[in-house]
Amino acid sequence: MTDLLEPRAIGRDLVRRDGVAKVRGTATYAYETPVERPAYAHPVQATVARGRVTAMDTATAEGLDGVLAVLTPSTAERLASTEDREFAVLQSDEVAFRGQLIGAVVAETSELARQAADSIRVTYAEQSHDTELSADRDDLYAPGKVNAGHETDTSEGDVAAAMASADVTIEQTYTTAMYHNNPLEPHSTTALWDPAGDGHLTLWDSTQGVHPDRAAVCEVFGLAQEQVRVICPYVGGGFGSKGTPHAHVMLAAMAARALPGRPVKLALTRQQMFFLAGYRTPTIQRMQLAADRDGRLSAVAIDVVVQTSRIKEFAEQAGVPARMMYAAPNRRSTHRVAALDVPVPSWMRAPGECPGMFGPEVALDELAEELGIDPIELRIRNEPEVDPDTGKPWSSRHLVECLREGAERFGWADRPPARHRDGNWLVGTGVAASVYPTMRQARSTANLRYEDGRYVAEIGAADLGTGAWTVLPQITADALGVDVADVDVRIGDTEYPIASVAGGSSGTNTWGSALVVAARAFREKFGGSPSDGDEVAGDVDQAAQDEDHAAYAFGAQFVEARVHADTGEIRVPRLLGVFAAGRIVNPRTARSQFVGGMTMGLSMALHENSVWDPQVGQVANHDLAEYHVTVNADVGDVQAHWLDEHDPFVNAMGSKGIGEIGIVGTAAAVVNAVHRATGVRVRHLPVTLDKLLPGL
Amino acid sequence: MDAEVTLTVDGTAHRLTVDTRTTLLDALRERLGNTSPKKGCDHGQCGACTVLLDGKRALSCLALAVAHDGAEIITADGLAADGELHPVQQAFLDRDAFQCGYCTPGQICSAVGVLDEVRRGWPSHAGPDLTADPELSHDEVAERMSGNLCRCGAYVNIVPAVQQAGGGQA
Repeated sequence: MTDLLEPRAIGRDLVRRDGVAKVRGTATYAYETPVERPAYAHPVQATVARGRVTAMDTATAEGLDGVLAVLTPSTAERLASTEDREFAVLQSDEVAFRGQLIGAVVAETSELARQAADSIRVTYAEQSHDTELSADRDDLYAPGKVNAGHETDTSEGDVAAAMASADVTIEQTYTTAMYHNNPLEPHSTTALWDPAGDGHLTLWDSTQGVHPDRAAVCEVFGLAQEQVRVICPYVGGGFGSKGTPHAHVMLAAMAARALPGRPVKLALTRQQMFFLAGYRTPTIQRMQLAADRDGRLSAVAIDVVVQTSRIKEFAEQAGVPARMMYAAPNRRSTHRVAALDVPVPSWMRAPGECPGMFGPEVALDELAEELGIDPIELRIRNEPEVDPDTGKPWSSRHLVECLREGAERFGWADRPPARHRDGNWLVGTGVAASVYPTMRQARSTANLRYEDGRYVAEIGAADLGTGAWTVLPQITADALGVDVADVDVRIGDTEYPIASVAGGSSGTNTWGSALVVAARAFREKFGGSPSDGDEVAGDVDQAAQDEDHAAYAFGAQFVEARVHADTGEIRVPRLLGVFAAGRIVNPRTARSQFVGGMTMGLSMALHENSVWDPQVGQVANHDLAEYHVTVNADVGDVQAHWLDEHDPFVNAMGSKGIGEIGIVGTAAAVVNAVHRATGVRVRHLPVTLDKLLPGL
Repeated sequence: MDAEVTLTVDGTAHRLTVDTRTTLLDALRERLGNTSPKKGCDHGQCGACTVLLDGKRALSCLALAVAHDGAEIITADGLAADGELHPVQQAFLDRDAFQCGYCTPGQICSAVGVLDEVRRGWPSHAGPDLTADPELSHDEVAERMSGNLCRCGAYVNIVPAVQQAGGGQA
């Protein structure tokens, strides 16, 4: 049990502290840092998918007035560590994927840098490439672990026997597309190398974690921590793609080191982001469900195939959520990976859970239809008493309550019959469940000081729009027992103590716990009337950590879909989610998180698709004109609600993570609603009209 | 090739030398240090760079600075030039119509443009009648704001914010 805080500031609908700066546009993002005499770097990318660079003719670039440096594999500095091959920028002539960084030009202006980079003529020894993912490749392998340290395969009971003897079975393959995070702020870095003494590198980098960012840079360049400072007060979205640095950060630092004393700015173009900033692997999910006539599951199995790059393994854990979601005595999950000549995949909002709840939640809808059981009732009948994966009791699990409250709010009982027609529109409703683990990272420290009558906390955390600037003071105020207006929390700088990445919906849990430890230690040491300069530190590892329960947030998503009977046009006028995510620290920023996740889920369902061209080995639609994301007119009524859930086990705030669960399950709910409207079952995302028209 | 232009930005006139390839957006951000308009795509596909150019909303990444000598530009920062937030900015704060904030200055300039277009009676695809005065309905606002992408998914808050600023609906 944790020592739960008495909520006073927690739970209040406070306006974002960074709000005024953001509506004026004066919040400074990485590229925008005001620096003296900046130079501009523009990358050179490989135009073959596999091979070697045999020559780079840089004469034209070097001859341009205003070009300051040209970096190529033969002129660039040798890095201290090339172990992480994504970061081993310009360290060899090898090309492992199309779009890989093979050079850069630094110039007095951005226009000139780009012109000079474009003028470099590259000759390659090209090799045949292999970039096509399929489930029947003969070189699929089982990774040692999958992302977040999960077991690659799990097995319990006998799925084959259960499938053979069940009243009803579902056996289908579902696929999710390749997706690119596409935060609105392109990945950007301003880098300054001060050569005095042993040298010092300052990076104003767009990152979800200044400390992990610094650790990676120190490793690659062989620098001590004190030699590198990373600053990032504002992040223009990340959704996982800024959770780890990517190759361009190393390139920006190399460019700065080539021009000591001169700040260098590097921003990836939107097009370059499709090669260099990570992405979500496509997934192929073979699902098996076995059930009796009453809908009680006897088997759940998921076999997942994903891709990674040949130079760095990232194995998305899409089979993981099916391990714990529903009760069934016979269970199996496997992950197999194809290593291809493709860019390096990485985190994208709810890696694992987001794609991994698509197949299972659509399969369950197919089972409900087969059995003639309401899909909500089917889920309730398979509610597990304890975590089927670990056998641990739940810290709290209110999926059933989410389903029931959502049904009530959405008007599920009065939903129109299948293939209901309203004028030219076919109307259907669908439901799916959501889940996301409650995670706390191992390391984070907060410093708390009394200064000029105010409480000032410092922690190297990040706010990517999540609300950390606003929420962390609320937590600190309650832990101190003071008015939130008397508390400042400073984040986004490695000058502040170490903090974990803003990822895995773990930020508030981790940083908040460290702040609570610091606040309680402060009160214990200095009492209620501190003196100016009184200061303590608090570590997250001193906060109570429950190991005996399985802790997850749950949710239920409801969708109304309308499909035009003649054209197949798909509209989603209503999207409603109910979540059980512990105590909500700030309902205003929380609602935006839930609704934002659901909106991105709608985008995944209907629009997003990085179309892979295997002939050239790249995403064909690599810009925002052709990689469609949901726009304002695509969105109707999106509502997020939450239960007043009390979980005594998760942390002192009683809060679970909320940044990712909103995207989980949305796409399945859309597919299920579209099926109800049209009778067409789309198993391969996105749902587009060409997939519906033949069935209308 | 370089050219000299005069740009009045948020009420202040600047005489500056630009590369003839320099976009209005880069002139603002990289020459004048006004980073209120954002670069999200540089191809007119996302709307983050929206400013008010001679009174109308415009994508500053698709405009060459040299072609706008003498222009008057208002950025989101300039909308609050006297320190008081513009009603659209206040409405975005009130409605939490943003998260990361990167698309926000463009959304706000676009919204100011939208409200003016609606006042002038300009029709849109969403209106039922091309000749009637448009109303600030959900569909009308959503349609007109669809050139401004928000990856954080704040659209359901942006629409009521624009309606609020436009005169009390929502």
